[in-house]
Amino acid sequence: MTLTANQETPPPAVGRAGTKKELPEHFKDYRHVWVFIEVERENVHPVSFELLGEGRKLADKLGVKLAGVVLGPPGDATQQAIAEAFAYGADVAYLVENPLLEDYRNEPFTKALTNLVATYKPEILLLGATTLGRDLAGSVATTLLTGLTADCTELDVDADGSLAATRPTFGGSLLCTIYTLNCRPQMATVRPRVMAMPRRMNKPIGCVIQHGVPMLEEEIVTKVLGFLSDVRSSNSNLAYADVVVGGGLGLGTSENLKLVKNLARVIGAEYGCSRPLVQKGWMPADRQIGQTGKTIRPKLYIAAGISGAIQHRVGVGGADLIVAINTDPNAPIFEFAHLGVVTDAIRFLPALTDVFTQRLSPHSRDKLAN
Amino acid sequence: MHVVVCIKQVPDSAQIRVHPVTNTIMRQGVPTIINPYDLFALEEALRLRDVHGGEVTALTMGPPMAEDSLRKALTYGADRAVLLTDRYFAGSDTLATSFALSQAIVKIGEIFGAPDIVFTGKQTIDGDTAQVGPGIAKRLDLLQLTYVSKICSLDLDAREIKVDRRSEGGTQMLHGRLPCLITMLEGTNEIRRGSLDDALRAARSQIVKWSAADAGIEDLSKCGLRGSPTVVKRVFAPTARTEKAEQITTTDKALGDLADELVVEIFARQPALEHELAFDASA
Ligand SMILES: Cc1cc2nc3c(=O)[nH]c(=O)nc-3n(C[C@H](O)[C@H](O)[C@H](O)COP(=O)(O)OP(=O)(O)OC[C@H]3O[C@@H](n4cnc5c(N)ncnc54)[C@H](O)[C@@H]3O)c2cc1C
Repeated sequence: MTLTANQETPPPAVGRAGTKKELPEHFKDYRHVWVFIEVERENVHPVSFELLGEGRKLADKLGVKLAGVVLGPPGDATQQAIAEAFAYGADVAYLVENPLLEDYRNEPFTKALTNLVATYKPEILLLGATTLGRDLAGSVATTLLTGLTADCTELDVDADGSLAATRPTFGGSLLCTIYTLNCRPQMATVRPRVMAMPRRMNKPIGCVIQHGVPMLEEEIVTKVLGFLSDVRSSNSNLAYADVVVGGGLGLGTSENLKLVKNLARVIGAEYGCSRPLVQKGWMPADRQIGQTGKTIRPKLYIAAGISGAIQHRVGVGGADLIVAINTDPNAPIFEFAHLGVVTDAIRFLPALTDVFTQRLSPHSRDKLAN
Repeated sequence: MHVVVCIKQVPDSAQIRVHPVTNTIMRQGVPTIINPYDLFALEEALRLRDVHGGEVTALTMGPPMAEDSLRKALTYGADRAVLLTDRYFAGSDTLATSFALSQAIVKIGEIFGAPDIVFTGKQTIDGDTAQVGPGIAKRLDLLQLTYVSKICSLDLDAREIKVDRRSEGGTQMLHGRLPCLITMLEGTNEIRRGSLDDALRAARSQIVKWSAADAGIEDLSKCGLRGSPTVVKRVFAPTARTEKAEQITTTDKALGDLADELVVEIFARQPALEHELAFDASA
């Protein structure tokens, strides 16, 4: 069997950074901002709501509509996803309803989404940078031969209406702003928790546009044999936790991680770590916080023995209150923490745990309630 | 069996500089390595070859010096290495990169036999996009299996493959058909040390070097900057917050007092949190 390659191509970009774009005639009627609503095992991934919040701002700036795109099997979960999209601000919902869209598989999802885009022509299409979203976005962008910017940390619309997508580059040490010059839609992915969660509104209705995409099971090569849910204790809710305690290399030994876990338990927090701890095998990878780990947005983040490298910082920048415990008064973490304690975390964490225990004991809780 | 593994040479450190005028990355003087994620893909390819026989071809697109990474791949045990290098590829974004690599894979297929599997790493540590793998799959119309944590079975006669793939909150078990493209998750296998034989062979081996024309690419407008719909307009350093952390204290205080002070300060700044924590803690 021989392979053939798709030889189609987009019209060439006009040139380098800063050059004015000339959008080809057939892209000029591309309008509106779309957010892909990610539903897996009947639940909408919260990143979709975060994207609707961000999409709302872009749509308002452009004076266009915000739409949610729902791909799924007929049934309650799909209807619920549409209702949720409206509740988080979508004006319109595009729906492809098909039993073959039950579990995520690349082929039918790519087909449904590219078909919708080709028919209804959005100017901006946003997806979550989840395993599903990245798998789908790459296929859709290549099929449509358009630009795709991964893992954006900021989205904006410039004076002439183009999407300015900002993302970290080179290990997070720099940021860059990327434009999609003369292709549409302009596509971007954003990681969970990078954008703020918008408020849920009491606006449960909107316009649903149902679109049929012919699909046959026989034409789909992939079959889902099963799904094994994460039941390991390490399956953390780190990204969505309100309080997080993080440990770094400053803790010295894997044994000392129990200090972090103890504090987390007492205050009902999730715990995480900097990258070297994962590399040493002290903690599982899904507990890593930062550029190549999870982005967190807690109300309180306590970082113990973490230096605050840029790659760690980008994962915690959205925290409301950052408390750093570090022996080195010049550690970079003190540049962006709100409160700092210059002390030995190994000795301080147990003391802090004690104080929290006392303060949060049933006795003082009763006092609080009154 | 023929397996093609796409690898990328990437800078080894975060110490990179950006050209002040063109906003492109200046790679000179920065030590390079094979993208660490790609090593898991290479190892998996070698393991399949160990079991099923056949050949592994390592492929990279990059500047002439990317030859170093290919030689390394030969040291690990790849049978052949192809370097796609041409100034027309400079400035490629993921769409243009997937085009060039897919063309090279077609050419490799013509000369050395069509691949049963194309591997890439999950993503690169410099670009971090995870888009080139899916891009190649789409260009070649291959089944795409991303974030694969395990190849459970491979049946070359039946042209069938079963894999575990990482998804949000769990593992999806998939059945697919060959040929396919797999992007490999990190930590999926233990990367071998190359043997002495392989090292000697690698030192003697010729790297196949192809220009765009050699790879059969006629339309250069699909390559490099011209074939890239995305354009980097600005590269900048993240702005640091101006005010520093308020430091509770430095030394000389009993740890208990220090902790007390910190907790008071935390709840002073986040009053609502105290109720929530008390609630959580009692749960
Ligand atoms: C491409 C790339 C991606 C990366 N992605 C990530 C990522 O996602 N997340 C991440 O965290 N890192 C990431 N890193 C690594 C990052 O650059 C840093 O190396 C890492 O965050 C440092 O971890 P650390 O702060 O725990 O360790 P160190 O830098 O070693 O810092 C330890 C700190 O502990 C302090 N200390 C020592 N003893 C004590 C004590 N007894 N009590 C209190 N403090 C003490 C020290 O003063 C020091 O500040 C990435 C790097 C690269 C190149």
